[in-house]
Formats: sequence, C-alpha cells, structure tokens
Amino acid sequence: MPKVSFNEKLCKGCGLCVTVCPKKIVALKKELNEKGYHPAEVTDSSKCIGCAFCATICPDCVITVEK
Amino acid sequence: MIVFEKPKALTDAPLHYCPGCTHGIIHRLVAEAIDELGVQGRTIGVASVGCSVFTYNYFNVDMVQAAHGRAPAVATGLKRSDANNIVFTYQGDGDLAAIGTAETVHSAARGENITVIFVNNAIYGMTGGQMAPTSLPGQITQTSPYGRDVNTVGYPVKVCEMLSQLDGAAYLERVAVNNIKNIKAAKAAIKKAFRNQIEGKGFSLVEVLSTCPTNWGKTPADALKWLEENMLPYYPLGVYKDKTKEEK
Repeated sequence: MPKVSFNEKLCKGCGLCVTVCPKKIVALKKELNEKGYHPAEVTDSSKCIGCAFCATICPDCVITVEK
Repeated sequence: MIVFEKPKALTDAPLHYCPGCTHGIIHRLVAEAIDELGVQGRTIGVASVGCSVFTYNYFNVDMVQAAHGRAPAVATGLKRSDANNIVFTYQGDGDLAAIGTAETVHSAARGENITVIFVNNAIYGMTGGQMAPTSLPGQITQTSPYGRDVNTVGYPVKVCEMLSQLDGAAYLERVAVNNIKNIKAAKAAIKKAFRNQIEGKGFSLVEVLSTCPTNWGKTPADALKWLEENMLPYYPLGVYKDKTKEEK
C-alpha cells in the first residue's frame, strides 16, 4: 500500500500539495508546527494511490512517498 | 520501496524561501539531474545574487558565489581550468537578464560548455518586488504601481529568443513549474542541459518560469495560476535552439 510521510518540521503550509492531490486527501492541519505554519497531512491514507504529485510540487522536499 | 524522496545532491538545510516559492522545486529538479547522471562528485555550482544567493547552502556539491551577474564568467573559468568539472550556474532574472546580460550573452556566444539554470519570475524578489527587465507589460510592481508602461521603460527581455540568434549557443529551452506535467518537462530539460555538458556539446540554458507569491501579492496557488495566465502567453514554452539535434 502506498505510504506518504510528511516531514512536518520543514513544511511551510503553502498548500500546493493540497491543490494537486487527485484524491483530495491532503489537507493543512489545524495545529501549528514549530515554525508557526499549518503543516500538510494526509487525512485518509487508505485512499492514497502513491502518484507522488504532492511530493513533485512540494518546494521544500517535505514529502516522501513509498509504495 | 521509496518512490520519491529528497535527492542526495541537496543538503538537509531547510530552504529560506517564502512559502510556495517555486525556487525549491527547481532546486530539487537540478539535484535530481545531478543524482541521476552520477556527477555529484565533480559538479561545481555557481550561485548568483538575489534570493538564490544561498543556493550554496542547499546544493550538496562544491559551490562558488559570484559577484552580481557574473556567474557565467566564473563558470567559464571553472570549466576551462578543468574540463572534467561539471559546472552550472543558478541565476534569477535580476541577475542573468539585468546586471549580468553581458556575461550571459558572451558566454553563449563563445559557446562555453556550461549549464545555466535561469529562473524567471518577472520581478526582483529579494529586494522587495521591484520591476525587473523581465516584468510583463502592465505588470504592477513596487516600482511600477500603475503597471509596467512600455512607452517609458521599454519591453521585457526574452532571453531564450535573444540567445537563439547566437551561433555559439547549443541548447535553449523554456519550461515552467506551474503544474505536474510542466514540472516533469522541466526536469527533462534540466537533465538534458547537464547531459549536453557531459557530452561536450556546449552552452546549454534552461529558462524556468517561476513564481514569487510574496511580491506578486498572491497565495502560492494563485501565483501558479497567474503564471499560467499571464507569463505563458508572453513567454511561450518550448525549445528555442537545439544544436545537439542538428549534429546527429
């Protein structure tokens, strides 16, 4: 099963990953990270298809995708 | 199995760029090209002046920081002193298309065997959003609050079109990083520009249309949309010159 992990410490909450996810399962958290941004997370990892679009558009190499 | 992770040619230093700035994407594409071509150990990058000045902290290769606009001149020296070096410059539009126009034009005219990554976001980012030579006609910036008036300040510099007239330039392509498809095309172009150098084919420049959400006054997602709607019509994507193909 595809697995997406976010290095929340590096995330700046720009939300570009949210706009490209074909399954609409990436969202910004309500909580803040240590930099003061709302980091991105996957809300329902069972729907993830491992396309890595989120990682491809992420400017900060926050996302690692495993299949 | 890992299908996507940070490339080895990037350090672990967190990028200082604003949220949503596409510099980070372009950094990663360059690093991926270096990884895939297996040249990390002999690559030397030349950092420019502007937001991308700190690239020397981010690329996990030897880096030199050049005076404003002079990166292609420094790269010329690095390459000519040892042809085994893989030398690239990473320059913004304020660096390459303004103060560094002479170095850009002449390194292309001389056909230096180097790779130039030109990041064009149509504005001066680091200094606070002033009008750049690449700002679009009518574009509102800090120094053109009523929009760029071409009657008083002239027209934008189209770098790929300009350099395509030079016999010395080997490969010129304009790409963008506004969506997944274009990011993949940008990666292919950047990799080709590095491969050209490894094969000794001469001057390669990839112009990457990029965003500046902060100084454009837009959210990161709206900035990508603005790029698509305004920059793509004025700066058409495509290969402007490919001497490496003609030779075959």
